Amino acid sequence: MDDIAHSLAMIVGEAYFSNQPEEAYFYARDPGLMPPHKPDYVVVPKSVEEIQEIARLASREKIPLVPMGAGLALTGLTIPLKGGIVMDMKRMNRILKVNEKARHVIVEGGTSQGLLKAYLEKNYPRLRHSMPDSPATATIAANVMIHGQGRLTQQYGFNSDMISGLEVVLASGEVCKIGSCSMSPDWFSKGAPMPDLTGLFLGWFGATGIITKVAVKLYPKKKMRDVEIFITDREDLVPDMVYELTHTEMVEDINIFAQPKPMIFKDNHHIAIFITGDTDEELEFKRKMTWYSLDRFIKSKDGGFMGVPPVMKPTLLEMPQRSVSRFADVKKGGGFEYSGPIIMVEKYPECAHKIVELAEKYDLGYSGMARIIGRSHAMMYGFAFTFNRADPDMMDRTRKALHEVSEFALEAGGVFWKATVDEQKMAMEKMDPNTLGIMKMIKENLDPNGIMNPGNWEVI
Amino acid sequence: MKYADIVHRCFRCGYCKFTSDYTDFNCPTYRKFRFETYSPGGRMWLIRAWLNGEIKNSDRFQEILFSCATCANCVEHCVFTFSEDLVNIFISAREEMVNDGIIPPPVRDYLKNININGNPYKEPASERGKWAEGTLVETYKDQEYLFYIGCVGSYDERGKKIARAVGNLLVKAGLSIGILGDKENCDGNEVRTLGEAGLFQFLAEKNIALFRDLGVKKIITLDPHAFNTFKKDYPALDGEFEVYHYTQILAPLIQSGKIPLKGLNDKITYHDPCYLGRHNGEYNAPRKILKAIPGIELVEMDRSRENAFCCGGGGGNFFTDILGGGEDSPSRIRVREALDTGAGIIAVACPQCAKMLDDAVKIEQLDDRLKVMDVAEIVTNCLL
Amino acid sequence: MYELKFDENLCKTCPTGDCLVKCQYLDVEKKTAVEEMVKIGQGEDSFVLQDCVTCYACEEYCKRGNHPFYLITERREEKGILTSPRAITKQWINIGEPQGKYRLGDVKERVLSFGFMPEFLQWVKGKLFEDVMPSYIFGQEFFCNVVYIHFANTSIIKERLPKVVDNFRKLGVKEVIFVHDECYGAFAHLAPAYGIEVPFKSVHYFEYLYNRLKELKDFIKPLNIRAAYQRPCSSRLSSDQHHFVADIMELIGVDLIERKYQGENALCCGGIYAMAFGYDLAHDVQKRNIDDMVEHGAQYCIFNCPACQSSIGAEVAKRGIKPIHLIHLCKMAIGEM
Repeated sequence: MDDIAHSLAMIVGEAYFSNQPEEAYFYARDPGLMPPHKPDYVVVPKSVEEIQEIARLASREKIPLVPMGAGLALTGLTIPLKGGIVMDMKRMNRILKVNEKARHVIVEGGTSQGLLKAYLEKNYPRLRHSMPDSPATATIAANVMIHGQGRLTQQYGFNSDMISGLEVVLASGEVCKIGSCSMSPDWFSKGAPMPDLTGLFLGWFGATGIITKVAVKLYPKKKMRDVEIFITDREDLVPDMVYELTHTEMVEDINIFAQPKPMIFKDNHHIAIFITGDTDEELEFKRKMTWYSLDRFIKSKDGGFMGVPPVMKPTLLEMPQRSVSRFADVKKGGGFEYSGPIIMVEKYPECAHKIVELAEKYDLGYSGMARIIGRSHAMMYGFAFTFNRADPDMMDRTRKALHEVSEFALEAGGVFWKATVDEQKMAMEKMDPNTLGIMKMIKENLDPNGIMNPGNWEVI
Repeated sequence: MKYADIVHRCFRCGYCKFTSDYTDFNCPTYRKFRFETYSPGGRMWLIRAWLNGEIKNSDRFQEILFSCATCANCVEHCVFTFSEDLVNIFISAREEMVNDGIIPPPVRDYLKNININGNPYKEPASERGKWAEGTLVETYKDQEYLFYIGCVGSYDERGKKIARAVGNLLVKAGLSIGILGDKENCDGNEVRTLGEAGLFQFLAEKNIALFRDLGVKKIITLDPHAFNTFKKDYPALDGEFEVYHYTQILAPLIQSGKIPLKGLNDKITYHDPCYLGRHNGEYNAPRKILKAIPGIELVEMDRSRENAFCCGGGGGNFFTDILGGGEDSPSRIRVREALDTGAGIIAVACPQCAKMLDDAVKIEQLDDRLKVMDVAEIVTNCLL
Repeated sequence: MYELKFDENLCKTCPTGDCLVKCQYLDVEKKTAVEEMVKIGQGEDSFVLQDCVTCYACEEYCKRGNHPFYLITERREEKGILTSPRAITKQWINIGEPQGKYRLGDVKERVLSFGFMPEFLQWVKGKLFEDVMPSYIFGQEFFCNVVYIHFANTSIIKERLPKVVDNFRKLGVKEVIFVHDECYGAFAHLAPAYGIEVPFKSVHYFEYLYNRLKELKDFIKPLNIRAAYQRPCSSRLSSDQHHFVADIMELIGVDLIERKYQGENALCCGGIYAMAFGYDLAHDVQKRNIDDMVEHGAQYCIFNCPACQSSIGAEVAKRGIKPIHLIHLCKMAIGEM
């Protein structure tokens, strides 16, 4: 064992250190389509102190350090582009504190969405967090780090908007508290009314620091939940429909999907509208208001509420939706990837056309999946293609289609979500130079040796 | 390799690692080792890499494959249509490794001992039936049921106690049962899960021939592992028998009062053995027995039934101990979980679970707070 | 091309105008009723073409053997008057599209048809159907397609139904017992109205159950419950079969409550209305219907059509009435549930 290996093994314990080919193979790749690159070491730390020591070691030895949650971004964000250490955070998964009345929870950096959900259901049945539809093993910290979205995003914005405090380990090994927790025992604000420093870390994919604790806001959990699906063949009217729905302020979440299969989904755009209530009356009132809000489209025959088959409801209502992962095996090939730009809702028709065009051009199975962010403030439009992992040609066609999506999204005024390295480069080329200048200053100061998830957000 | 056309279809989404409500990681190897490589998804990706020549069969690869407890949590929770085959895929990979002769030493030793002695304990066959001495259990002639014990119940001290408890109960209930004694052979379930398909077939065919010669129609097994292989694997080799786990026989007898019982003032939690529960869907029979005992308070662990956490002994690990050891070994996690329920007794229905959890209670120094008892032992204590 | 058999003169000489006079959704007197139907027959515009909610009931109200509702449907299609939003219509047309995913049991001359409602395969287990099972047919290839009259789209029926008939013909079946009410209506009522020849005998599962229950008399334990019956739209196409509900209830000891919305005055489940016209009509109809069940002391609500059940079953249950399909009720009576 070399010196670095020995030191790492000393820090985390031999059982949680590996420089073996098996881990090197696995941690070199994610489920998406980005080319693999092997780490030299994989560690699974248990404490902030261990992470501090690892960061110090990495800084001293100038070796890359890549934090990883569940590695499910699909865009290669945890692939160690320049080797070094991959740090699997999932052993740090304690739920540290729930403040019920102030509605927030503090969790360790490797805590999964699933674990928090189960914990709240058991101990705080009146509280919930904004659950994304990534698999349950996805971590809270990584999800906010990539500005993920979840069930409450239509109401409260990106999941990262719901942060109420961070603890970060810097490249230097120092621990840094962000938000009210920097001067108070309570983690209720991520910045306001003082300078909000979370932006130094969020969206950086670990290139400026490693999140070791995160506090996220919790929200009232109503006793009942239901889903309605409004369908239309007029994609050009979808933005207006979403505008009406968001005006009601009664909807939990709005997802829109369009896909050619199964037959029940062919030809239409489906606006899945989730509603909640503590009583039948509350739920029914909200249902009525949402239906009324779209009444003019029903009258003009441009859209209507489909009867949701009883078997479909549980699939839609479960959190996270397992069916999202199932999309990977549509071609019996275990793969899917999507490019999910954050874009104006008014671009829905263009996005909807583009995905069909690309699916035809590259002969791919597809699903267009949008999630409304805020009251129609923006949306994530996921251009999702399913591929067969055993079919290199199909994988290549998918890569090409996704690349075209990136170009399209940028052209349409969108911003890349969980940008691949290529997209990061495209973004930085297009970005206002002064903005880029600030990014450069931040990166150089927080990561002077360029060891933090290098290859990502490298401002040249 | 069989299933080679499936391994690429894993998306590694990780649902396989959890319980259905995400309370905790529920894959015993992942829970212990904490590298993704030790999760079902990790195995799928590594098997593919190995078949493609991207990695080699190394000590670590062997550890990754042979530490799998074949507990079928992944089968239960994987979201894909091939979920049923996950454990089969891991076993097929083991078969390839066995065929190549590159396997962990304890696996090699286990298989060798079965081959030579017919049991992993290096004991003579003549010792097999010794547990029954001093009981009313007779040798099989033409009784209604063959009571099949298996290696653990025949040779392991803990297992023998359970065999005696079950045997006595069945006789007391007036059932017509007989054991094979020194004629009994290994059932082969673990041989199969450890990937020695040839030896398994040899054992199974030998057993089937013996059962047939003796005119066996119905079998009661002590061990869920034997129950599993008799039920699921033997029919394909022309071995069709009516197979029961002993709890399935006892449950109606106790519920109907055929075995009268006195009350017991205990709080008990029941640990589902994977080969009775997830592999064969029998969650109720043992619980019915326990609930029929007056005064018993049956409490469930956070993870039970389909979501039960394996003791770590399955898939041959009981014998090879590749998964055991350390604070996060599954059996130790499981007894801590049992302790959290406030129960004083962990009820089991499998001699392998009994021994695994017994040892864990000792290492965790919980002897004075937690007892591991087979369902049959609990019933025995309640006999009038 | 198949043409609707419609006799304008029958309307002109109609003494009652029942088709529209009895309509629960239009307020029309005899004179207007006759005038409007004649206008529609002659291809002229009429408010009826705009306001009809597609409940099918006029097919039953007309006792002169004409087909008022089919006619309305034809004319609406010709004039491009949509009943439902286009997306809803497309969706329904898509789900009825043959996919090659049909399933056949051990098909004999006498066979059960499930249309394309897969749940029936589970429902027909047990003594009630052991006479025919496992002779069954399921899939879009055997789907009656009648539902498209809700969507003012008879051309799709005319296109698909003959192929469906052909699929049956290829199987050589002589007698088909339809487990879905609407399918029976298709072959026994709609097909003849369009001159589509049906090469087998259509049997409604009501009749089948009635006869079967008589055979199983010894197994029946009277249920002694009070139940309301939810009559589906499709039942208007086979009003001659409606009496079997009461007959069967008598056999199994169910007190079929007298209520306002029964028989000719039955109310639609509202499922189609919600899709086509939005919240108010559907909820008004559903509320009146369920209130009526509650008011008259129903303990159970018996469904004939699974779609009705999925449309109001949950709401019925919330009001303290047990929703149950007629098949399950019969199973209950012979101790199979």
